[in-house]
Amino acid sequence: MEAFTTHTGRAVPLRRSNVDTDQIIPAHWLKKVTRDGFEDGLFEAWRKDPSFVLNKPERQGASVLVAGPDFGTGSSREHAVWALQNYGFKTVISSRFADIFRGNSLKNGLLTVVLDQKVVDALWELTENDPNAEITVDLKDRQVRAEGVTADFELDENARWRLLNGLDDISITLQNEPDIAAYEAKRPSYKPSTSLV
Amino acid sequence: MGRTLAEKVWDDHVVRRAEGEPDLLFIDLHLLHEVTSPQAFDGLRANGRPVRRLDLTIATEDHNTPTIDIDKPIADPVSRAQLETLRKNCAEFGVRLHPLGDVEQGVVHVVGPQLGLTQPGTTVVCGDSHTSTHGAFGALAFGIGTSQVEHVLATQTLPLAPFKTMAITVDGELPDGVTAKDLILAIIARIGTGGGQGYVLEYRGSAIEKLSMEARMTICNMSIEAGARAGMIAPDRTTFDYLEGRAHAPKGADWDAAVAYWQTLKADEDAVFDAEVVIDATELSPFVTWGTNPGQGAPLSASVPDPASYEDASERLAAEKALEYMGLTAGQPLRAIDVDTVFVGSCTNGRIEDLRSAASILEGRKVADGVRMLVVPGSVRVALQAVEEGLDKVFTTAGAEWRHAGCSMCLGMNPDQLAPGERSASTSNRNFEGRQGKGGRTHLVSPQVAAATAVLGHLASPADLTDARTPAGV
Repeated sequence: MEAFTTHTGRAVPLRRSNVDTDQIIPAHWLKKVTRDGFEDGLFEAWRKDPSFVLNKPERQGASVLVAGPDFGTGSSREHAVWALQNYGFKTVISSRFADIFRGNSLKNGLLTVVLDQKVVDALWELTENDPNAEITVDLKDRQVRAEGVTADFELDENARWRLLNGLDDISITLQNEPDIAAYEAKRPSYKPSTSLV
Repeated sequence: MGRTLAEKVWDDHVVRRAEGEPDLLFIDLHLLHEVTSPQAFDGLRANGRPVRRLDLTIATEDHNTPTIDIDKPIADPVSRAQLETLRKNCAEFGVRLHPLGDVEQGVVHVVGPQLGLTQPGTTVVCGDSHTSTHGAFGALAFGIGTSQVEHVLATQTLPLAPFKTMAITVDGELPDGVTAKDLILAIIARIGTGGGQGYVLEYRGSAIEKLSMEARMTICNMSIEAGARAGMIAPDRTTFDYLEGRAHAPKGADWDAAVAYWQTLKADEDAVFDAEVVIDATELSPFVTWGTNPGQGAPLSASVPDPASYEDASERLAAEKALEYMGLTAGQPLRAIDVDTVFVGSCTNGRIEDLRSAASILEGRKVADGVRMLVVPGSVRVALQAVEEGLDKVFTTAGAEWRHAGCSMCLGMNPDQLAPGERSASTSNRNFEGRQGKGGRTHLVSPQVAAATAVLGHLASPADLTDARTPAGV
């Protein structure tokens, strides 16, 4: 996983609530067996509309997505995170994320930042009026900064440490392999097994 | 202090607990399918890691599988490649797989319970958000992403952030013609698509206790549509009776030990929930969705709401966009909405009881002219049972299409899709824009409402059917 410390970039204001993962990446893209090449599927249905915010020339190269509440609801597809990253987004800001999407994003180094809706409103206003306005997301200081906006955000210390260092969960867990083996040794025999009887 | 059901199951699975770290939880059962696993197996391969517990892992094919001509090669080369990738990965790593054509193949959340693998007090994960289905057995069951699929394959554990608990108490008796699907749609409309966020929901109360296992699965299945991490129901005699004798249920002394443990799995009297919701079952009626998220629903007797009636600006905007996408106008009675397609199936409503209740309404009746009805059993076992009961004949005689098992039109990854502008009444779980096919419009309904809608050609409940049935055999 790529480490995340701080990122500054232009933004895409996405004034929609309940953006589900079927909108982020439609199901027919899920047949791919790789983690890359999903950028053209990102918001595929909406991108057919030339007036959709992502299609505006002034939004090209933007890397901060400022989304409405309940972003990432629905299907557990991690492809939604890959599609956002493949397209070039480094961070997503919203007042509320769906749990599975948030977990997936943090495991892939896409920083999802939860801010009050009032702050999101301010960021929408700023970046709609000035497409060149930049937003800085600083994970070290847990702070979002833009013209006229300074807002602290929360992220649990463990997730922050993994992101700052780009650490892979599996190798961390495998350091505790004796704990897993000890648990397995005392597991009751009535627990289910998929072995063919 | 007393503990909730979810807290008990969580505590029993903690492998490691340390200050400043998420708890590391042991996973009892890992279900795999073709869509969310290829990149996880790639990760194992790249790091030279084996699957730690093949005896706790099982795979099937469901999302991409065709529901007709299953003996022929799959037409879509990309779908075919994904299924072939799963077969190759399972063979290479030694994972038990039930592929297309196998008698145990089917929608992963139908297969686990029917094999007796889903058991009370277990942790169940799958790279699919509807894993919440398994909570019906008092299991802590939740959907995970592909990185977590790889993590479970490699370690049989997951580091997990703590959750909050919400009790949803449903008391009273469900009126005639009101099903588990109507109940869960009403719950989601009440608490909203984000209302369960961060919570494990525990459904309880006299109305829940009376539900069959299959109805309980319908409820827990859609917990994710309220944004919840999981949904659970305390195991009881109904649960034990469902499990006893199934292929992977405990046997002999293990059965007795298991039941003794399972009986401890309920919230303590003095358990404190972080939130509580109370629903009066007697006030419910058939419920359908009108919008583009599962929270945008209303009783069938109501009309399409006016977006201006929403105080919250983002809800108002969402309702405006939904009506535009759905091609509906405020004030239009829901019963006046005509459909082109009816879909009965999915991990929400693709089990035998669902097929029985749809068939009981279709028997002696015909699907309306111009309406296409697809019936897709949740698994091969469900299909075989339906055939044994003659339900397939009821469906085909009525003019519906009887298909092979799979996820099918629930998400349209296979050829079963809506065309742009087509409208469906669907027993599935998501009415998102384009979910059932680009430009398709979905109304979520119960199997009974689906069947009545197929007969009348517009959204309807069985109570709207005033026709005389054709006697059987005519």
